[in-house]
Amino acid sequence: MSVVVEGKNIKRDYHVGGGMFRGARTVHAVKGVSFSVEQGKTLAIVGESGCGKSTLARIITLIDPATSGDLLIDGHKVDIAKDGLSKEMRRKVQIVFQNPYGSLNPRQKIGDILGEPLIINTDKPAEERRDLAHAMLKKVGLGPEHYNRYPHMFSGGQRQRIAIARALMLNPRLLVLDEPVSALDLSVQAQVLNLLADLQDEFELTYVFISHDLSVVRYIADDVMVMYFGEAVEYGPRDEVFSNPQHSYTKTLFAATPRADVASIKARLAKKAA
Amino acid sequence: MTDQSAGLPAAATVPTGPRQRALSEFWHYFSMNTGAVIGLVVFTLLVLTAIFAPLIAPHMPDEQFRDSLLTPPMWQEGGKSMFILGTDAVGRDMLSRLIYGARYSLFIGLVVVVFALVSGIILGVLAGYFRGWVDTLIMRVMDIILAFPSLLLALVLVAILGPGLFNAMLAIALVLQPHFARLTRAAVMAEKNREYVVSAKVAGASHLRLMLVTILPNCVAPLIVQATLSFSNAILEAAALGFLGMGAQPPTPEWGTMLATAREFILRAPWVVTFPGLAILITVLAINLIGDGLRDALDPKLKRS
Amino acid sequence: MPLLDIKNLTVSFDTSTGPFLAVKGIDLSVEPREVLAIVGESGSGKSVSMLAVMGLLPSSATVTADRMSFDGIDLLGLDAAERRKIVGKDISMIFQEPIASLNPCFTVGFQIEEVLRFHMGMDRAQRRARAIELLTLVGIPEPAERLSSYPHQMSGGQCQRVMIAIAIACNPKLLIADEPTTALDVTIQKQILDLLVRLQAEYGMGLIMITHNMGVVAETADRVIVQYKGTKMEEADVLSLFESPKSNYTRALLSALPDNATGDRLPTVSDMMFEPAPGA
Repeated sequence: MSVVVEGKNIKRDYHVGGGMFRGARTVHAVKGVSFSVEQGKTLAIVGESGCGKSTLARIITLIDPATSGDLLIDGHKVDIAKDGLSKEMRRKVQIVFQNPYGSLNPRQKIGDILGEPLIINTDKPAEERRDLAHAMLKKVGLGPEHYNRYPHMFSGGQRQRIAIARALMLNPRLLVLDEPVSALDLSVQAQVLNLLADLQDEFELTYVFISHDLSVVRYIADDVMVMYFGEAVEYGPRDEVFSNPQHSYTKTLFAATPRADVASIKARLAKKAA
Repeated sequence: MTDQSAGLPAAATVPTGPRQRALSEFWHYFSMNTGAVIGLVVFTLLVLTAIFAPLIAPHMPDEQFRDSLLTPPMWQEGGKSMFILGTDAVGRDMLSRLIYGARYSLFIGLVVVVFALVSGIILGVLAGYFRGWVDTLIMRVMDIILAFPSLLLALVLVAILGPGLFNAMLAIALVLQPHFARLTRAAVMAEKNREYVVSAKVAGASHLRLMLVTILPNCVAPLIVQATLSFSNAILEAAALGFLGMGAQPPTPEWGTMLATAREFILRAPWVVTFPGLAILITVLAINLIGDGLRDALDPKLKRS
Repeated sequence: MPLLDIKNLTVSFDTSTGPFLAVKGIDLSVEPREVLAIVGESGSGKSVSMLAVMGLLPSSATVTADRMSFDGIDLLGLDAAERRKIVGKDISMIFQEPIASLNPCFTVGFQIEEVLRFHMGMDRAQRRARAIELLTLVGIPEPAERLSSYPHQMSGGQCQRVMIAIAIACNPKLLIADEPTTALDVTIQKQILDLLVRLQAEYGMGLIMITHNMGVVAETADRVIVQYKGTKMEEADVLSLFESPKSNYTRALLSALPDNATGDRLPTVSDMMFEPAPGA
């Protein structure tokens, strides 16, 4: 199995302030995180707001550069701050965002949204672009009749399917999923998770799955990384992390996650009656 | 690449299903505002008048009837049915001049708005997209322009460029343009961090494509409203410049210029001043009403989609 | 006698495409000292029915009910002024976005004291003492200093605690919590839920918990109502709901939980049932 994405000691600092009366301050959003994901596997990055998981997602997606550290995609070192970004690299990594209402351009038809990556990165003729878009719509469970519609005519779950379809138009190797089901209803969440699993099997996709929801992570991940204030406090195979968490924060996190099983309800009711 | 200007409901030419629906929805909200509908009707009549001026006007605008100087309107004592709104000091028919004047006013409004809109959008998008020193440079220049009383600045510009309708239009466009630049900048800054823009970036879109294809169509709604309001502003300012002798030059039947030449007769022959003034008032009012209606109709739509 | 008793509640909204029925004839009752959870996905009308009780719906909404009584008082017969005396004092509500629910222009102390002045008619010293007491109660450290903080100086979890303090300021008999933890992190969610349940028990309030999260239901509720598209699908006590759900919808909802995943894929109910047709 080949390693698709690897990070070595990735750091990201933000400089804030620096106004007229205040000196600049440096915020360490990501403090030296290392990871590697093999092809066809899913790495879940878990943490609460402000832990740096979205910053890390933007670095892996080659949107923002890392302050220091090495990011390797398919074994090639990528440094967008120094060398810029080649079209080939751009194609390899794509992202799906949390909010399906914000991530689709409200003024573009679905067909144009799906065709845009092809227009920019390939010289495929319009005919072929349309066929590819139709095929991709079918893959994510939508139909050709949706091609000419605008995003506001779709439900949240359908929009997320469109966002996934757009991300896959360039046949990426790596898909970064930034809280892709957090904004969705439970029943829709299950459908989208299944779709992601199907697509991973079909295209041997590699996922980096950012989430705060442990139950989703437990279901989808192969490896889990827990982040806390910019640091990876826990990193390992899923079963190991869930059955035997090492760091105290991980334990707190697990204890805080509400449990929806009968045994814990019985325990709670018994405690209340006592 | 299909048309990206789907944001302009009025410009929807291809009657596709969703477009038609958006249009009918737009009309639903627009027509709830009675004032706006009245404004639209008046404005449409005005446009028709301007287009068909040679057919409607009873006389040529600069034809002088030497035997009937300062004839009062037909319903007043001494009025003639030949001159419905009377004549001016050199015997030209007021109604015909007003009808032809509508052409000038609408033309001025259109040209000024197009000038101001295009330059304002370009500057605003650049400033809002790149921020940093580009933003600072552009916006400080805009602030300086806005710091002058607008009519005064237009007057100075016309004084430098030389009086005349074209120069007046240029000056007014320059004065109105900062409003568009600021509005565009604010809208671009708000849209720029939305996730769909980041998505387009991840798809590999260039700066130019992000600015013009991705972001700009989502900023049009406030710009349409501002454009309508600027349209009436331009007409007003052009009339003011004309009145001060710096705009259209006599004998052009421009409403402001007409007012200026009629000034001395204000007591003897009030109609020569009243009717051009009324024409300006009605036009500006109608357009402002439309602008209000557009704001009501476009703003909630922005929030929904 | 139930604290809140609603029979056949219907809420419809006027839209540009005609009336839209958000709540279709729902019966609901809460006993004193009871925690009732209303569960449903977006569009199930779970928030709308509670806003109707509070009289907080916009004027485009039409509310009808055969009965809507609170603590023996008929809410339908009250005019706006009489209703305001009950709402905010005996019934209070907290919302999903804690930071947006507080007015950013005023200090936290001012906002708590405002409620006390309006409903309890306390003087300045009493108000201040009570505000400090309330902040201590909801677990905010250094309450006296915190009174002069503005909402933007506090975290989301702290803002929600302040909202709870405002909500319980007048010792309400019923507290309605509309997705109180959805915008919060998991560890903060746990703290807020514990706080709500503790306060509910201590003060003997009725608590209505509106949520879409089955975990939150399992951790807090005594009794559960499951709603779908404005209709009540099921009503049961919490244990029997999770142990032996009666309606298909509840079963589908529970099986869609990733916690309960057994195989490679999650069981789902067909797209037709849950996703509205495009353009709908």
